[in-house]
Amino acid sequence: MNYLSSTDLRTVKVLEQAEFPSKVNARNKVVEDTAKLIKELGIKDNAVLSFHHHLRNGDYVLNTIMKEVQRQGIKGITLVASSLFPIHAEMIPLLEDGTIENIVTSYISGDLGRAISYGKLKGKIIMQSHGGRARSILNGEIEIDVAFIASPSADAHGNISGVNGHNTCGTLGYAIADSLKAKKVVAVTDALVEYPNYPADITEDYVDYVLVIDCIGRKEGIVSGTTRVTRDPVGLKIAKDTLKVMEATGLLKEGFSYQSGAGGISLAVTAFLKEYMIENNIKGSFASGGITGHLTQMLEEGLFSALFDVQCFDLESIESLKRNPNHIRMSASQYGNPEVSAVVDKLDFVILGATEIDVNFNVNVTSGADGVLMGGSGGHQDTAAGSKVSIIVSKLFSSRIPVIKDRVDVITTPGTTVDVLVTERGICVNPLRTDLIEAFKEAKLEIVDIKELKEYSESIMGKAKPIEKTDRIIGLSQYRDGSIIDYIYEVKR
Amino acid sequence: MVERKLEIKKMATAGSLESNDILIMISKGEGKIDIELESVVEKQFGEDIKKVIHDTLVEEGITDAKVIAKDKGALDFTIRARVRACVKRGVEN
Repeated sequence: MNYLSSTDLRTVKVLEQAEFPSKVNARNKVVEDTAKLIKELGIKDNAVLSFHHHLRNGDYVLNTIMKEVQRQGIKGITLVASSLFPIHAEMIPLLEDGTIENIVTSYISGDLGRAISYGKLKGKIIMQSHGGRARSILNGEIEIDVAFIASPSADAHGNISGVNGHNTCGTLGYAIADSLKAKKVVAVTDALVEYPNYPADITEDYVDYVLVIDCIGRKEGIVSGTTRVTRDPVGLKIAKDTLKVMEATGLLKEGFSYQSGAGGISLAVTAFLKEYMIENNIKGSFASGGITGHLTQMLEEGLFSALFDVQCFDLESIESLKRNPNHIRMSASQYGNPEVSAVVDKLDFVILGATEIDVNFNVNVTSGADGVLMGGSGGHQDTAAGSKVSIIVSKLFSSRIPVIKDRVDVITTPGTTVDVLVTERGICVNPLRTDLIEAFKEAKLEIVDIKELKEYSESIMGKAKPIEKTDRIIGLSQYRDGSIIDYIYEVKR
Repeated sequence: MVERKLEIKKMATAGSLESNDILIMISKGEGKIDIELESVVEKQFGEDIKKVIHDTLVEEGITDAKVIAKDKGALDFTIRARVRACVKRGVEN
């Protein structure tokens, strides 16, 4: 009630002594029966349920909860999952029986993506970026009824920490927006710990229930096995050339900032960069994104002042997060939300991969060579847009799958934000970046027209037959600001 | 060019299942060239790959063979080399 607008304070009711409040009797949040909790939450048909993906391909929480939702006959769910992995293939029957109707995600791989591409989802799939997802939740574009937060540890009051417990995953950056905005927030944990659980990624004031289950995931699937530097000489050549590109921009100097993916070539770039920084006595400002042990070592050696971590990729990064105050937790919004000040806006360089790139520098990381969903933006759109120089590293020849196309299958990241392509057979610069073309000329770095490189690759590989799609649009590739940059079509079997 | 005709006498293999390679297995045919292909790029290049295998066999003088090919995205020159090696091994006694 707004007492300030009362014109006569005499009309305001004052409590009688008998009505005075009693002392607090803290509500019990801990639940051990999943079925009972789902009933108590009052989840109705067409509800919006959200999940995060810090447990990656080791996640049991999404499957456990959604199967209970199915058992209770609830239909038409919109599943807002920050990413979906092969382990979530168990959801395919839920698409078929209508339990799950729509999916909003930033990355999808495995048989679930395949099933959706072949038309199994009755509703629509919206593919967002990590920053775009946070934006859409925080600004109310997507309203979450219940957020189920896989929690490596929680206390009885709902303080959630990703570094305590057995199934640790480190930072919980992708779940922050959900915890702030969902109508109900459930911490799902297999490690109920003593109060207070700290450092908490999500604090008790945002958590309504603590659901204790036997196991939230399997360790092998949670931390990545992909964070190894490539040994492939072709990949190493690309990485070396990428460092030359970075040097030629003139931005590789004291206080620079950097992000790279966790793919083999990207990690090799990081390894060469480390040598370069030591040799030239350069200290960087920050590195950001998903964090690996390669970066935490550089932090501890004083090569970067700080790390912004939205997701820990390996055990080493989880340990560093516990130990180092300058290894900073970052929410997806702080990472890349285009409606606020975000870390990506301060990036000098980002090193990214591509399944396909076209002659207009549009990048596809959403669908594979067979047109089937097997990826998604993640932070691709966000970092490409925010960084001063976005660099795509890719082999020109890889298993006969041509990387340069006339038009990519699905546009994930618009070419207007993609600056450089580095392949083993040449470096291409986006014609929009006349400043870079000039700088590279000065540095005597040879560049090649992307159209010429495409023709050259086709002369050796042949031209691929286009992927056959039906006329049915099954979803949308959404840009980080909410606009739509491409359709996603059903693939012909 | 001297026309030569060779006969596959025994089962032979060449190549590998490494990325960018192709594994070719050849054996006696049933009066013609029969190719069974499994490829990571079947949709985009399936017909092209079969044609390269077929044409290379014919160039080598083979008109009767059963070929099972498992492709991991090999380029044409790799495919031709693997087919030739396989034929050489298959025609020996």
